[in-house]
Amino acid sequence: MTRNERFATWLLVGGPIAVFSVWALADNTRLYLVTLLNSLTLASLYFIVASGFTLVFGLMRNVNLAHGSLYLLGGYVGYVVARETGWWIIALAAGFLAAAIAGLLIQVLILRRMQGQELRQTMVTIGLSIVIADLLLMVFTGQVHQMEAPSFLQGPIRDIPLIKAYSAYRLSLLGFGIAIGLFLWWLLNRTLVGSMIRAGVDDRAMLAAAGVNVNLVFAVTFALGAGLAGLGGVIGAVELSMVPGEDTRLLLASLIVVIVGGMGSVTGAAIGAAILGLAETYGLAYAPTYSVVFTFVILIVVLAFRPRGIMGRPA
Amino acid sequence: MNAAKWRRAMNTGPTTGPTRPLPRAATQPAKPAPDPYADSSAPRWLKALWRTVSPRHVFVLALLLLVPFVASPFVTYQVAAQSLILGLIALSLSFLAGYGGIVSLAQMTVAGIAGYAVAVLGASGTASSLGWHWGLVVPLALLIAVVCSTLVGWLSVRTDGIYTIMITLAIGVAFYYLVLQNYSVFNGFQGFQKVYPPTVWGISWRSPMPFYFLCLFWALAGYFAIQWLVRTPFGIALQGTRDNARRMNSLGFNVTATRVLAYAVSGLLAGVGGVLLVWYNGLISPGSVGTGWLINVLVIAVLGGMKHPIGAFLGAIVFILLQTFAIDLIDRERFNLVIGGVFLAIVLFSPDGLLGLWAKLRMHFGPSQVLTSTTQRR
Repeated sequence: MTRNERFATWLLVGGPIAVFSVWALADNTRLYLVTLLNSLTLASLYFIVASGFTLVFGLMRNVNLAHGSLYLLGGYVGYVVARETGWWIIALAAGFLAAAIAGLLIQVLILRRMQGQELRQTMVTIGLSIVIADLLLMVFTGQVHQMEAPSFLQGPIRDIPLIKAYSAYRLSLLGFGIAIGLFLWWLLNRTLVGSMIRAGVDDRAMLAAAGVNVNLVFAVTFALGAGLAGLGGVIGAVELSMVPGEDTRLLLASLIVVIVGGMGSVTGAAIGAAILGLAETYGLAYAPTYSVVFTFVILIVVLAFRPRGIMGRPA
Repeated sequence: MNAAKWRRAMNTGPTTGPTRPLPRAATQPAKPAPDPYADSSAPRWLKALWRTVSPRHVFVLALLLLVPFVASPFVTYQVAAQSLILGLIALSLSFLAGYGGIVSLAQMTVAGIAGYAVAVLGASGTASSLGWHWGLVVPLALLIAVVCSTLVGWLSVRTDGIYTIMITLAIGVAFYYLVLQNYSVFNGFQGFQKVYPPTVWGISWRSPMPFYFLCLFWALAGYFAIQWLVRTPFGIALQGTRDNARRMNSLGFNVTATRVLAYAVSGLLAGVGGVLLVWYNGLISPGSVGTGWLINVLVIAVLGGMKHPIGAFLGAIVFILLQTFAIDLIDRERFNLVIGGVFLAIVLFSPDGLLGLWAKLRMHFGPSQVLTSTTQRR
């Protein structure tokens, strides 16, 4: 891309957004700012769930379509643990662990037997998502389950300039997203496991030849990715509530995030999540009937100009 | 370049995977039996027909024609006609996947688009329908389906393999949310009720027997169209892009155009299926194009096996039978568990579906089949 082209792209994309922002700020400052916070917090949740998805895909070329089911599983387990113990932090850990163990079992028992057959692996995860969703429906029924926010995050934060009041829990989502993003960055760039994962993304065969137990790295990564889905499930259980069907919604969000952001890239997941969160929330606030269309248009535009996503690299 | 040359070019290439199906022509016996009717004066097409039609074809056709006269209206309508319709939609996927190597999850979406077009443009129980004549509505619905399928194809063929499944799933779910949230055109959660087939030539096409024959006609048409299409130069080129897209590209074929054309063809099949499906149900709502149904189409196609067009119909029959009769054995609510389990078992143990299972059984118990290619394989 030459400098002029890049400039034109920024102008074409940024221009309308800037015009809209100026108009919306002048029209109703509070609505604009609250929507901005809403979209960034939603984006954090999307990032937490999608980063696990993209991590697994990047290393194993394995599209785990049961990711949404793992999200729901984590949420339900977290709900039960929170109800029994009353500790939200323990629920968070339990949701993470439950999904991680489920993911580990899927990887070790099923997916490992068909290593390299990507399409078949994907179909297996589709079958698993049907079965897990139905089992969860059997145990937890179709009722709406809602988790309570921990006591120290309940209620709104008041006296913020311009916005006045905003939910403390919602704001904490932003912190969660940033914390997990930083943790993943640290894990991938500063630890031995991370360097193995990065090497595996680039060239699996070479990593194995270098004497690394690739199967172990795969299992750890899959468990981590699944666990992130479960963690997202517990966090989302407070904000979005849990019903059958949420799994599909989060799966769709993860898919769009990684398609837009570029598959296998955690930075891409962050960018994609931010774009999706902004598009969805602003769409709902300013043009309710067509919010899905916005998301879809973004998907088309990105695919038309960057078929592998914004941060994607050729496989 | 003609088809025979192509077949040779394909067969000498490196196999891309263990599951690569042989071209149909290559699985036939090495030397065709001498034609006893070679010197008779019968027309050429009759001789060709005589050579290809075997007793089992006649048997299956007779069975299909007899069903509505023997079975109850319930079986004719709920089991047989529904199997044919779902088989037709699954066929559109199994054509794409089996011959083009493209697994698209948006086939039900394309069918749903055709169904919605029929409901919106034609007559229904909802006031917002335009109520046009069916002779205009049905071709328009098919056209819209083909155009949408082509667009889906144009979007998703830019990426390949595993990415396609994600993009088509995203498109399908996005369409679901669109029809769910949009009330001005798609009537939101309610959808459209009372979308019935028209009465033509004094026949009410809604009653079980005429409707069954309508479905049978289109299912057979789709089946034979695919059988014919995969042997045309386009069909052979499509199989070439499945096996080695890069080589096809360097041979001067436009891989993208071939794939997009395959999407258009599958869109037509899915569109016909969608029109029949909306008439069958008499209604269309967001639930008809939800994730469950997107995946069910894949389940049906995989269940039957994607190596031959008949697999789609086989899978549909098994699916419908499970759906109709499994609820007698277990709780109605647990149908998804059964179908998910069956799907998992098939994917885990017999990747080629029931057709693969059948081939395995035949290899073990049946008379030895000549399974070598007519052309040299290295």
